[in-house]
Amino acid sequence: MSAPILTLTIDGRQVSGLASETVLQVAKENGIAIPTLCFLEGLSATGACRLCMVEIEGSPRLHPACVTPIQEGMTVTTDSKRLFGYRRAIVQLLFSERNHVCAVCVANGHCELQELARAFGIDHIAFPCRHPALEVDASHSRFVLDHNRCVLCTRCVRVCGEIEGAHTWDVKNRGIRIQIVADLDTPWGAAATCTGCGKCVHVCPTGALAEKGKSMAEMRQKRPFLPYLVANRAEERK
Amino acid sequence: MQQITIEPVSRIEGHAAIRLFLDDAGRVRDARFQVNQFRGFERFAVGRPFFEMPTLTARTCGICPVSHELASAKACDQLLAVAIPPVAAKLRRLLNLAQLIQSHALSFFYLAAPDLLLGMDHPPESRNFFGLAAADPQFARDGIRLRQFGQQTIERLAGRRIHPSWVVPGGVDSPLAAPAREAMLAELPAIIALVRTHLERFKHSLDRHREHDRVFARFPSLFLGLANEAGTLEHYDGRLRFIDADGAPVADDFDPSAYQQAIGEAVEPWTYLKFPYYLPHGYPQGMYRVGPLARLNLAGRCGTELADRELALFRALEPGPVLGTFQAHYARLIEILYATEQIERLLAEPDILDRRVRAMAGVNNLEGVGIAEAPRGTLIHHYKVNEDGLVEWINLIIATGHNNLAMQRGILQAAQHFLDGTPPREGLLNRIEAVIRSFDPCLACSTHAVGTMPLTIDFVGSDGLLLDRLQR
Repeated sequence: MSAPILTLTIDGRQVSGLASETVLQVAKENGIAIPTLCFLEGLSATGACRLCMVEIEGSPRLHPACVTPIQEGMTVTTDSKRLFGYRRAIVQLLFSERNHVCAVCVANGHCELQELARAFGIDHIAFPCRHPALEVDASHSRFVLDHNRCVLCTRCVRVCGEIEGAHTWDVKNRGIRIQIVADLDTPWGAAATCTGCGKCVHVCPTGALAEKGKSMAEMRQKRPFLPYLVANRAEERK
Repeated sequence: MQQITIEPVSRIEGHAAIRLFLDDAGRVRDARFQVNQFRGFERFAVGRPFFEMPTLTARTCGICPVSHELASAKACDQLLAVAIPPVAAKLRRLLNLAQLIQSHALSFFYLAAPDLLLGMDHPPESRNFFGLAAADPQFARDGIRLRQFGQQTIERLAGRRIHPSWVVPGGVDSPLAAPAREAMLAELPAIIALVRTHLERFKHSLDRHREHDRVFARFPSLFLGLANEAGTLEHYDGRLRFIDADGAPVADDFDPSAYQQAIGEAVEPWTYLKFPYYLPHGYPQGMYRVGPLARLNLAGRCGTELADRELALFRALEPGPVLGTFQAHYARLIEILYATEQIERLLAEPDILDRRVRAMAGVNNLEGVGIAEAPRGTLIHHYKVNEDGLVEWINLIIATGHNNLAMQRGILQAAQHFLDGTPPREGLLNRIEAVIRSFDPCLACSTHAVGTMPLTIDFVGSDGLLLDRLQR
C-alpha cells in the first residue's frame, strides 16, 4: 500500500506530496528551489550542511528540509530575510574553515560551494579564516584528496557505502577536527577496500576529490550518473 | 651623512623604494634599490600537487602570468619525463610571443613613454599615461592597440587574457581553432606596420637621450639568456649562455637543469629581492643582466627579416654588446617586431591546428627545472616532488632578480651623475627612477601605472634624525 497523500503550504502555495516525502522533495517537485550542499539525489540525506533550513509555522526553530517529513497542514517558508542571512553566514563559515582558493582549484567554475557563494553575493568572507595546515593525499594512482577543499558534506562517505558498497570512506574526530579518512585512517593509495571506481570523485561538490593530473578548472564531475545507478539497482533487486 | 628615500618608485610593476646615501658635501656615496614586498611562493607552494604549479605560480603576477605558466609547465614536463607533442611546443611559443608583445607594449608605451616623450622634468601631475594621451593621442592609441593585440592573442589561444589555465604539464589544454588562427593572421599586417612606425620614431629620438644613455646603468657586465643551435633569438627553449662585456661566451652553453652550477643566490637583510650572481666570478663581481638587451646582445641574429634589419642598426650603436640599459627600450621595440613576424610564421605552419597537444603521464622524475625567457628575462622554476607528486621544495629565480645587482649599480651611477653636489629636485629624482624603469622590473603583482604616485624624500642626518621631508 502506498503512503497517504498530504497537503501543505510552501511559500504560500498549496502543494501535496506522499507522507514518506521530505519538505525538500515536495518543494523540488513543485519547482521551489531550496539551496543544498550535502544533499545529493540518490544518496541518503544527513542534514549536515544546514543550508536547506526552512521556517515552519508554529515552530520557533528552523528545520532542515532534506530530513524533515511533510505533515498535513504544515506551512513552510523556504526564503526569508532571516534564512538568507543564515545561509549566507553558513557559506562564509565554510570558506573560512579551510583553505579554499578558487583561482587555482581544479573545480573552479564547476564547484557547488563557488556557485553558492555567487548565489548569495559573497565576494568577501566576513569571518577570520582559520587557514589550517592540512595535507593533500595524493597516494592513490588515479585520484587526489585535498583536505584543504573539503566541506565535510560526506557525500563521498555515503556514495562509497550506499552505492559502491565498499565503505572505504568515513570520518574521524569530532567538531572542527573532523576529517575524511580512508579505511582506518590509511593513505588512500594503501586502502585495501577502495575499488578505484571514482564515484566519490564525481559526487564531491568541491575540488577536494579530483582526478590526478587535472589542472585548474579541468575537473568536471559527472553528477547525473547517480540517479540512473540508483534506479538500475532498485530494478535489479526486484 | 644624509639619506634620500624615493618611495614608492612609481610606474614600475610592484612596490619598491630607492635609498640614496649622501655624504656631508651632498655627494652620493651609496644607493640601494629596496624591494619591500614579500610574496612567499617558494614556501606556500610546498605540499601542493605539481600539476597545480603552472596556475598557482602564474598568480605571482598579472602582467606576465604566461611566463610563469611556461617555465612551470616545462619543469612539470620534466617531472612527467615526456617529450610534449611538437604542436604543443609551437602553441606555447605563440603564447609566449603574445605575452612578450603585450608586456613590452606596457613597459614602453604606458610606463616609460611619459618620461621619454613628455620629458624627465615634465610636471609629475601629468607625467603619466593620461598626460601622454592628452599630448599625443595617436601615440597612446597605438600603444593601447599593440597591447590589445598581445592580450587578444593570448585570449584567442588560451581562453582568457590574464591567468589563463591553458598551459598544462605535458603540453596545452586544447588545440588552436581555425577561426582564431584566421583572426590573428588578419590583424598582423597592420600590427607589424604600427610597430615599424614606432621603431622609426624611437630611433629618431635617440639624439635627445644621449645623456640618459650615458649614465642609465651603462657599464660592462655579463649577460645571460637562452640560446638555440640556429643562433637566433630564443624565448622558449634551448641552453643557457653567459657572454661577457665583449660579447664572447664566458663558458660553454649549459643545460638549464644545471643552472645551479652557474648561478648563485645571495641575500641582503635590507631587501626581499634575492641577488643572483655568476657563481665562478663570486658575489658581487658576478653581476649580470637579463632581458631584451641581454637577448639581443646574445643572439647571432633574430631570425626574421624585418627584425634582423633592425638588429643590424641596433648593433651599429656601439662596437660589441650594447652596454647601456637605456637601450633596453630600443631592444623591446625590436623584440615586439620580431614577435609579430614570428607569430605570423608559426601560424602559417601546416600542422599548427593539429589536435594532439597534450602528453599524459604520472610522476616519472622527482626533480624538474623549467626555463623560459619572460619579457624581462630568464625565468627559472625548479621543483622537487615526492613519489606522489607533491611538491617538497621549490626555487624560483625571476628575471628582475637576475638584474638586481645591475639595478643597484645603475641607480648609483645615475645618482652620482645627477646629484653630484646638486640640491635634489623632483626632475633629477625622476631620472633615477627612470633608470629602474629602463630595466622594466616586475616586483610581482601590482601595477602603478595610473595617476601620480606619492613620492616622499626623507633627509636623514648622520645621527639618524629626520631633517626634512619633501612630498609631491
